[in-house]
Amino acid sequence: MEFFAQQFINGLTLGSIYGLIAIGYTMVFGIIGMVNFAHGDVFMLSAFIALIFFLILTTWLGMTSVALVFLIVLVLAMVLTSLWGWAVERVAYRPLRGSFRLAPLISAIGVSIFLSNFVQVVQGARNKPVPPLVNDAFVLYRHEDYVVTLSYKQAIIMATTALLLAGFWYLVQKTSFGRAQRACEQDRRMAALLGINVDRTISLTFVLGAALAAVAGTLYLLYYGVVSFSDGFVPGVKAFTAAVLGGIGSLPGAVIGGLIIGLIETFWSAYFSIEYKDVAAFLILIVVLIFKPSGILGRPDVEKV
Amino acid sequence: MSVAGINVLVEETRAAQARAATPLLSIRGVSTYYGNIRALKGVDLDVNEGEIVALIGANGAGKSTLMMTIFGDPRAREGTINYAGRDITRLPTHEIARLNLAQSPEGRRIFSRMSVRENLQMGAAVNGGRHFAEDLERVCTLFPRLKERLDQRGGTMSGGEQQMLAIARALMSRPRLLLLDEPSLGLAPLIVKQIFSTVKELNQRDGLTVFIVEQNAYHALKLAHRGYVMVTGSITMSGTGQALLDDPQVKAAYLEGGNH
Repeated sequence: MEFFAQQFINGLTLGSIYGLIAIGYTMVFGIIGMVNFAHGDVFMLSAFIALIFFLILTTWLGMTSVALVFLIVLVLAMVLTSLWGWAVERVAYRPLRGSFRLAPLISAIGVSIFLSNFVQVVQGARNKPVPPLVNDAFVLYRHEDYVVTLSYKQAIIMATTALLLAGFWYLVQKTSFGRAQRACEQDRRMAALLGINVDRTISLTFVLGAALAAVAGTLYLLYYGVVSFSDGFVPGVKAFTAAVLGGIGSLPGAVIGGLIIGLIETFWSAYFSIEYKDVAAFLILIVVLIFKPSGILGRPDVEKV
Repeated sequence: MSVAGINVLVEETRAAQARAATPLLSIRGVSTYYGNIRALKGVDLDVNEGEIVALIGANGAGKSTLMMTIFGDPRAREGTINYAGRDITRLPTHEIARLNLAQSPEGRRIFSRMSVRENLQMGAAVNGGRHFAEDLERVCTLFPRLKERLDQRGGTMSGGEQQMLAIARALMSRPRLLLLDEPSLGLAPLIVKQIFSTVKELNQRDGLTVFIVEQNAYHALKLAHRGYVMVTGSITMSGTGQALLDDPQVKAAYLEGGNH
């Protein structure tokens, strides 16, 4: 039982990171009906940006306040990654809008390969570590030898995810930007007739998706303490699976999907075999696509584009 | 009064006359293409301030293409479109929409997964939320049916209600010129009558200029001050609404056995 509880907490943490990445997939798919395959690599890139600033702030500038370092790194990673997200959309996707449907998809795969190779060339192929910053943990339950803990890192990750989901939900449902975004999702031509700058709305969607990926990347680095250039692809595809599972186009769906994928992966590793954890995650993708393509919270009316 | 003063006065009078004579919307030699197909073939058309102008024609004549071309989507390949003294031929669609002209497009294009209120908020987007409550009140008075359904999803409403919503949404931007594309399509005669009388009221009471495209030629020409007839992308006839109604050619092509 203690083992189960501990794995549950670990699974939720991993799932929160997947959920944050999945929001980026789901928003972009919602608005232009395209799977942004480069999103996983944008996530990886943001972890590297976070890594660089961690090292600058702690090693070079000798800052010691962990909370302050974390906040500065987070903000810088969000800003710089957003710029990447914006540039990718501008360079690789916008010129292809109105082209045949597969064109931006192929372009996205190209961007994905470019980003991971770019990072490999400039940062090297080895795993890059950061010194552990936060090591404390809440002890939730103690039974003889076995302790169930919730580390500060895990708490930060879950709280950040919950907070961002609430914030984004509010943004999309209640603000004029969110309304414009949903209008572009449903009928881009009509949105333009009502004075909405469609290109700008799409750009902002990419920027927001990238900013969330940057939060996920920073948290990922904080949690695992290490990142490599190849870390974009698999988490990216799992987050995409999460978005499909939750119902693509739905923000809460993305996070719920992420949590489920994280839990399945963790439990599979804990109880069966860690080598096959990715197989378990992707099996879910296949099962969902066959039996409930619209996902848990998805709309059944898939009349996209 | 000095000579110079008189000259200034004369100049001002001339300018005022020129302003009055310039149509609010002026379309000159506009051609639009879909690929290599020339959908509009050098269209000339004017809409003066305060008028209701109807464009009638058969299915596929290019009426809706003209409506969308005014908004730059598709863009006119030849010719110019002037609105309120400004050349808008090359402006991006969303910037045209911010110039106090609004469209209730073909097929209504309601945001079906948004509530009625949100659809109206989208209509008011160009005002950035200023005087929203006041405008909401105004369109709800025009279309009381919408008031009962503010929180209902747009897609769940009947065709007539969706048409009212499409017009109301266009009115939320406080337009000077309203473009109405086929407001009667697929609606019961009673609802058509209601919508047309609302348009008339908006024109007479508020001085709203209206450019209406219709297959329902009889109702449209009855309503309009002036009308144009379009055949396969060209304007073939124009005149006052009554003159066109009485014209034997129009009668034969669009009115005899028609749906009036």
